[in-house]
Amino acid sequence: MKKYSLEHQYYLKKKKKENILVLFLQLLIILLFLIGWELLSQKNMINTFLYSSPSRIFDTLYHLILDGKLFPNLLITIYELLISFILSLGVGLMIAILLWNNSFLAKVVDPFLTILNSLPKVALGPLIIIWFGAGVNSIVFMSLLISIFVTIINIYYGFIHVPNNYITMITSFGAKKWQVFRYVIFPYNIKTIISTLKVNLSLNLIGLLPPVGEKIFFNKCYSRY
Amino acid sequence: MKKVLEVNHLKKYYHTKKEEILSLKDISFCVYEGEILSIVGPSGCGKSTILSILCNLIPLSDGAIYQDKNYKIAYMLQEDSLLPYLTVLENCFIGLKIENHLTEQNKEYVLSLLDLYGLSDFQNKYPNQLSGGMRQRVALIRTLAVKPDILLLDEAMSALDYQSKLKIEEDIYNIIKKEGKTAILVTHDIEEAISMSDRVIVLTNRPSSIKNIYPIELQEKNGPIKNRSDLNFSKYFNIIWGDFNEKI
Repeated sequence: MKKYSLEHQYYLKKKKKENILVLFLQLLIILLFLIGWELLSQKNMINTFLYSSPSRIFDTLYHLILDGKLFPNLLITIYELLISFILSLGVGLMIAILLWNNSFLAKVVDPFLTILNSLPKVALGPLIIIWFGAGVNSIVFMSLLISIFVTIINIYYGFIHVPNNYITMITSFGAKKWQVFRYVIFPYNIKTIISTLKVNLSLNLIGLLPPVGEKIFFNKCYSRY
Repeated sequence: MKKVLEVNHLKKYYHTKKEEILSLKDISFCVYEGEILSIVGPSGCGKSTILSILCNLIPLSDGAIYQDKNYKIAYMLQEDSLLPYLTVLENCFIGLKIENHLTEQNKEYVLSLLDLYGLSDFQNKYPNQLSGGMRQRVALIRTLAVKPDILLLDEAMSALDYQSKLKIEEDIYNIIKKEGKTAILVTHDIEEAISMSDRVIVLTNRPSSIKNIYPIELQEKNGPIKNRSDLNFSKYFNIIWGDFNEKI
């Protein structure tokens, strides 16, 4: 093992201490929140019909597990989430590449992307049922619809904002357009893509949860409980 | 001497929504094998435009360029443009990868260049871990890796501190002279141009044309640092400085 100086050992110790403290405080906040919630509901200071309480939630969870209902439903939701997540990344990335490759097309569709992104997609629920029927397909499509435009816009803007000097450098070596993409545009935007994925995960989940996807279309999911 | 490049009556317009800007009015010159040719001129006169056209990065508006196809051109820019997500070694390989020439032999050549410029210990580091001078050396190695015959250097040393700049000028000068390469150097620094070149082209203000071409005859050519103390050095400096300040 590497031998560190006393000063460095002290530095590492301090860092470790800080990390433990952060984790401890985070857990404490969750615990205090649950205790406060429980106390308020037990003293009837909040309406448990509206806000429920931790003990009731745990109780329901316990019974769902005993009945064997929780996991099949949970699996369906996870399945829907995965499909819509992968689709929104795949389709979004492909459209972003297409727009980067064709700036004329990008100019044409730019306002439509903004409009489609700001559209309240939930309002399209009934139409989506007509298109796809009441089932997993509709839920996945709703979830996809909510995240796809953000994916396209974020990744495309990442692509076109790569500093020009990198592109000039690589083009001066005779790089073709796909090589510019392969060696500069894509790797330069890995961080943008990852941060888009993080946002997508929560957007996809919004698409699945009540009162959006599963509540509108489908009765088989964990959110109905 | 063999002519490797000839530029005839080059003209270049830039187009914007509001106007058409004439950047280069009439540029003609030749480049001979093994020489270092500098292009100097007031800022904004279109020096870099000439190199971009020579490198096929932008099209010319009028005129013609004759290039000996056996001579390969490589371009080195002012910004080092090292890709931040690649290591020093991977950055040096990028041109070879693009050309699909990343052979064991070429890899060895890159490693020997890194060794020559004292960068061997840094080959697995990332660009943000290097100083400005080291980064520019890596950019030089990346350019040399593809074994060009003609080097186009666009203000390649201008972003550096004075000491690093002199060292890199010396490196570039030595490698060009030792390996018999040809170079076109674009700079706003008159001292750099005189101390490194065999000939200096002075451009006028925009729209630019060629004001003068000076063959640089120093008593003894010993590299950019020693050349600065040559007796003729200040003579050329004064003439070119005069050109810069003369109203056209």
